[in-house]
Amino acid sequence: MRLKTLALASAALFAVNVGAQAQQTPVKLGILTTLSTPGGYLGEDVRDAILLAIEEEGGKLGGVPVQTLIEDDKLKPADAKQIVEKWLETDKVKLFTGVIFSNVSVATVPTVLEAGGIFISPNAGPSNFAGKACHKNYYVTSWQNDNLHESAGALARKLGYKKMVLLAPNYQAGKDALTGFKRIYGGEVVEEIFTGLDQTDFSAEIARVRAAKPDAVFQFHPGGPGIAFVKQWAQSGLKDQIPMVVAAPSLEQKIAAVTGEAAIGIAATTHWNTDFKNPESEAFVKGFKAKYNREPTVYASQGYDTAKLIGAALKATGGKLDDDAFRAAMLKADARLTRGPFKFNNNQHPIQDWYEVKAVKGADGKVSLATAGKVLEAHKDAYAQDCKL
Amino acid sequence: MQLLFEQLLNGLQLSLTLFLLAAGLTLVFGIMGVINLAHGSLYMLGAYAGALAASKIGGFWLAVPAALIAAGLIGVAMELLVIRSLYARDHLSQVLATFGLILFFNGVIAWGVGRAPLQMDMPALLSGFLEIAPGLPYPTYRLAVMGVGVVVALGLWYVIARTRLGMLIRAGSDKREMVSALGVDIASLFTLVFGLGALLAGLAGVMVGPIRSVQIGMGEQVLITTFVVIVVGGIGSIRGAFVGALLIGMCDTLGRAFAPMVLKLWLSGPLADGLGAALASIMIYLVMALVLIVRPRGLFPAGG
Amino acid sequence: MAINRQIVAGLLIAACLLAVPFAAPYLGGNYVITLATRVVIFAIAASSLDLLIGRGALVSFGHAAYFGLGGYVVGICAFHLANDVTIFGWAGSNEALVVWPLAMLVSGFAALVIGALSLRTSGVYFIMITLAFAQMIYFVFVALKYYGGDDGLAMTSRNLFAGTRITNAQTFYWISLCALALCLLIQWRLVVSRFGMALRGAASNERRMAALGFSVYGYRLVAFVIAGMMAGLAGALWANLNRFVSPDMLGWVRSGEFMVMVIMGGVSSLLGPVIGAAAFLLVETALAGWTEHWQIAFGPFVLLVALFAPRGIWGLLRGRAGP
Repeated sequence: MRLKTLALASAALFAVNVGAQAQQTPVKLGILTTLSTPGGYLGEDVRDAILLAIEEEGGKLGGVPVQTLIEDDKLKPADAKQIVEKWLETDKVKLFTGVIFSNVSVATVPTVLEAGGIFISPNAGPSNFAGKACHKNYYVTSWQNDNLHESAGALARKLGYKKMVLLAPNYQAGKDALTGFKRIYGGEVVEEIFTGLDQTDFSAEIARVRAAKPDAVFQFHPGGPGIAFVKQWAQSGLKDQIPMVVAAPSLEQKIAAVTGEAAIGIAATTHWNTDFKNPESEAFVKGFKAKYNREPTVYASQGYDTAKLIGAALKATGGKLDDDAFRAAMLKADARLTRGPFKFNNNQHPIQDWYEVKAVKGADGKVSLATAGKVLEAHKDAYAQDCKL
Repeated sequence: MQLLFEQLLNGLQLSLTLFLLAAGLTLVFGIMGVINLAHGSLYMLGAYAGALAASKIGGFWLAVPAALIAAGLIGVAMELLVIRSLYARDHLSQVLATFGLILFFNGVIAWGVGRAPLQMDMPALLSGFLEIAPGLPYPTYRLAVMGVGVVVALGLWYVIARTRLGMLIRAGSDKREMVSALGVDIASLFTLVFGLGALLAGLAGVMVGPIRSVQIGMGEQVLITTFVVIVVGGIGSIRGAFVGALLIGMCDTLGRAFAPMVLKLWLSGPLADGLGAALASIMIYLVMALVLIVRPRGLFPAGG
Repeated sequence: MAINRQIVAGLLIAACLLAVPFAAPYLGGNYVITLATRVVIFAIAASSLDLLIGRGALVSFGHAAYFGLGGYVVGICAFHLANDVTIFGWAGSNEALVVWPLAMLVSGFAALVIGALSLRTSGVYFIMITLAFAQMIYFVFVALKYYGGDDGLAMTSRNLFAGTRITNAQTFYWISLCALALCLLIQWRLVVSRFGMALRGAASNERRMAALGFSVYGYRLVAFVIAGMMAGLAGALWANLNRFVSPDMLGWVRSGEFMVMVIMGGVSSLLGPVIGAAAFLLVETALAGWTEHWQIAFGPFVLLVALFAPRGIWGLLRGRAGP
């Protein structure tokens, strides 16, 4: 299946439906995302949600026809950079989105910005580009990485846990997670346990938690390792003795569904959930299920919101991507998002609310996440003050 | 003391899981002389077949036979279509061919089943705990995995040491002509051995399904560790695979459990935590390098 | 006849490599040159690995370690220069003529230590012990938060080459191509020398070579170090091409890919690994650009090469004749 041609064809089809409208050259949107490797389902959800938003508008975003280019970055930074260069040069793409992982982001963002392109990250928000190195053509629509864990820290504080054990993988994102968590938590950290890359068996770490006897535990393991951790935690019998607090990546909708009973009772934080009661969110969940026959994850909502933000900006500029006009329109964030209130900070990262969610068993026997209340309001990141924009 | 006991048990559990994977790989590698990088893919396919059978048709008890049948059949097909033409060739061609198979299987799963991880629950019967010491509950399922590992180890030992098939397998590795002269169809024998190896990989996959994440790429995560196990043990030796699995499983678990604690005797807290974790992740490679420097052909070289 | 075919094929490859910058404007511009640069850099790494696999029958499964170390030397030197922090009292450097040889020295030193220990083993055990050391280095860099950990390290600009900028895609391509030519030339001289004969002799009959008074271990170690240094140079070029280094340069997947390139192209031949690198990268890039399910097509492609081209693509081109 040739994605490029398909997207063009569908855009052409809708153009015919709309009929007499003036022919407008479509805006090219480069979606560089992770589709292979274990992290492939994250990229798939972001990509599918962006395509859904475009399809709902009949091949357009904000009334402007959009042509998408999609490619798998294979989670290899150098390959990702090559794809970006190809799009910049041969396809003259100016607008980039889709990136999932921080290392891909760190490798590709400079290339795009130097070539005068616009980079809109729907997921990764590494600290590298949030502070001093912020840029007028770089936006993050999801969160600054630390925000995820700050919200979990705020939740742990709200729930009154005094002594906690923290677990995270022994790499950059893991260490950042603990820094973010501790920034707001404020209680005593009894022990920090670092796990390995791609680790699948956590019995040794869980035994260490048991021995440390904390009030509660925070862990950050996104994707597959997160699923393994939640299962093994429940099987160890500690689930009913020591409460667990996590951030969105360690318990999103897919992990909750896949781990089932094992996830019940875990407290998580997120900026969007399937049960949000606003018209945009409800329509999105319905549309996504109808088109793809599966539940959207929080990643999908980020992809959808990104498309909506791009659409709002394109609408204001009439499809022009010239820096200043597009930027002014983008920063207004004049779109209704699935997550509700949203603003860009001076470093062009989100200011938004964070919520508590809990894994519960539904009437149909399936486990899903239920929103329980707000944890942080209009939350910003800690790096914005270093940004001179 | 109780913590040490619990961690030893965790190490034993990991070791026996590793053994299930290593046994098949060492048989194929040692007896047929084939480096099969796609052994991890068979583990993944076993887990997928099990998870799909469990969710679409029903129940863990159906998942196990489904995984065994799927992995076994795919293994036999793989041997007939690909591996068979590689016996006479050097290891390099085998590496190339089976590398291609890894990509193919990952691609097929992403396309046919989807990229998202699959759900796989434990059977209700095994989902509780057993109080193995006062105040120390241990998951029944993990004890069951250990039981399966022990049974497979004993079964393999019996087959190889005590049966005609085992004798042929032992002889087939270095005296191929003699075995064929005895009127044994060596080609079928190799198909059988490869299928058995695939079966064991599939069994490992379905056993860890309820503990780990059933997802694309799960095979590559265990592949290298499995190679480490068989190399430490000595290639081709089931006994070596068992001892290697114990050594690697224990070192890995105890490293993760105690390395930071030990380092804290000399270093400050956060530094010890980070360094301890780094040390734990290289522990198995360190052990392998040390073993090979002292014993260049592993602990129990086959035929030695 | 066969010799002619070999020369024709060789000239054809050289002509293709030389033509890239001139043909690029008609094929899609600088992107094509960058893609060709990637091929050339991987060709350096793959051919250095072939010195071990093909000539010495030493299948190293940890070659990415030297590639990655070379890259990290460049990245770390740039990092210190950019952040005004000294490393061992040195300010860091941006001069290719300083940094690249340093990258080769560091990689060569790592190869010396690892080779000295690994060469005690042979066969499959050698494959695994080289892998073990490479994985240790990989995990160290993943955990090295100061240098970006698994997120990697970005460089603000490419190195200067004798004081001049090499940001231009064509300039950088020519530099990389010269490096490849130089590496192939050195390998060719090595292979036909006494050293090369000793290495090949040891590969086919170790005992006889030892009986003839050759220090097999010594020759192998020298080969291992030379291969490591060449991989280090490739890594330094790679870091400059992408202005980015990350631990995936060092991981076993990258080592495996180098091996696949060598085997796919054809072992024990100067041009085989070059063809292998080109085939691997170009086919993978083309398939990934064509479909998101590229693995379903790329896997069987690799498999077919393994099954039907026992001596690699070069073996097919060259015909039946000897080495």
